[in-house]
Amino acid sequence: MTITTRQLLGGVVGLVAAATSFAGPEEDRKAFQSFYFDRFPQVTDHADFKNGVYSILPEARVQWEQIEEFPPYELAIEEGQALFEKPFANGKSLADCFPNGGIGIRQNYPYFDTARGEVVTLELAINECRTTNGEKPYPWKKGPLASVSSYMAYTSRDAMIDVKIPDDPRALAAYEDGKMHYFTKRGQLNFACSDCHMYGSGQNLRSETLSMSHGHTTGFPVYRAKWQEMGTLHRRLAGCHESVRAKAFKAQGPEYRNLEYFLAYMSSGLEINGPSARK
Amino acid sequence: MSSIRIKAKERAGVVDVKALMKHPMETGLRKNKDGNKIPPHFIQEVVAESNGAVVFSGFFNTSISKDPYLSFQYGGKKGDKLTLSWTDNQGQKDAETVDVG
Amino acid sequence: MDRRSALKVLGLAGSAVTALVSLPKLAMASWAKTAFEARSGADALQNLYGGNATTPSDAVKLKAPDIAENGAVVPIEVETDMEADSIAILIEKNPSPLAGSFNLPAGTKGLVKTRVRMGETTNVTAVVKSGGKLYTTTKEVKVTIGGCGG
Repeated sequence: MTITTRQLLGGVVGLVAAATSFAGPEEDRKAFQSFYFDRFPQVTDHADFKNGVYSILPEARVQWEQIEEFPPYELAIEEGQALFEKPFANGKSLADCFPNGGIGIRQNYPYFDTARGEVVTLELAINECRTTNGEKPYPWKKGPLASVSSYMAYTSRDAMIDVKIPDDPRALAAYEDGKMHYFTKRGQLNFACSDCHMYGSGQNLRSETLSMSHGHTTGFPVYRAKWQEMGTLHRRLAGCHESVRAKAFKAQGPEYRNLEYFLAYMSSGLEINGPSARK
Repeated sequence: MSSIRIKAKERAGVVDVKALMKHPMETGLRKNKDGNKIPPHFIQEVVAESNGAVVFSGFFNTSISKDPYLSFQYGGKKGDKLTLSWTDNQGQKDAETVDVG
Repeated sequence: MDRRSALKVLGLAGSAVTALVSLPKLAMASWAKTAFEARSGADALQNLYGGNATTPSDAVKLKAPDIAENGAVVPIEVETDMEADSIAILIEKNPSPLAGSFNLPAGTKGLVKTRVRMGETTNVTAVVKSGGKLYTTTKEVKVTIGGCGG
């Protein structure tokens, strides 16, 4: 069953301007971002959405800024740079697999690979580079992959998200798959991502303030105080699914890659501020 | 790679030091997957020296967070060498020297 | 360091100071095991400084959150303009309340910033040793069992 944009966003955001029942990603993005701009008028500088709940919680922001004086992810950036620059056994290195030697490119991910017909995320590309060159892939959710991704994100600090959805039915299908995932209720608690992070954003779930999905992807990988270490976006997505007692999907499987594609595109215009430190 | 990262900047005769030390700071109260207590492993002493004198020193207990952060200020000037060293409860040590910027 | 005039001390404290004997000058040459393993703040100070009579003072500035974002990493800042030779941080309900003690040689500012672990909502006390006496500021910091899982 195809869920039209209007059905999904219409009730709360107001009808998408176009009378067509299938509005494109760009119209979705405008409606999505307007939803948050209207819901949080206190965020007068829209760029601040990249800082998540710290854009709306002054006291939490103070603590976050204190941590930013010397954030724990700086150690990961250093480790990541060393790993990034270390040559493989065959003499090549990660720089050989990426445009511009892998520097300052994070904002372009994920992208739809028209040759392969699927969404490619930065972490997927890093590990594919390794396996293509005879190296073992890193584990997907933490450790060296998070460090390398942290370094690459750091080189893209302040670059605006530039995720593209080419005019290709397969790319649109991947985007729509991610969008549907975001709005589909799941798990024993029967929550959709949107229930908490859109319609519930800014509200408290016990002592936690629910974050806004606008800005969700900009800061990854993240040093979560709860983890006491770095983690990738897919680590967090899996954790979130488990929180609503839904079975988590595989990291870097098609579901999370498509979801990341949708989320990143929705936050277009925000700056990359990874890696970041969060609670 | 050293476990110590130091940012030392001088302004109006005061050197502001921010240091981050990579260390697990195990309290000795946590248990591993087998249910056994992980032995305590934490930085106990930190000393900062510049121009042959101790400018700051401190003792940590297990309540200091993992990857300890420490910031302090002392009278100094650009170009001074600042050395920060730590010793932990298992006798391990590390030290790092930077130029004050 | 103990040779401070009582008047000067009283002037700085600004509040009534009970008759305190100047604390002995202790050599902080090594990790004060008894102080750091003490189960109460009072015992910790007694072992650390040789005395535990304290006076609350506005001159001891403690920056700590009302509600900690995460109990594992709570940013704490202690600052004072008094001539301080030592600063200590106590976390009342932690198994070992003395979290850290810091020595400030002459020419070093009365300032320490660090990050601490707190197991539960409790009082955090900043202690400044100045002129042989101990001055404090205390603040309750709330710690919630939160953190959306995963």
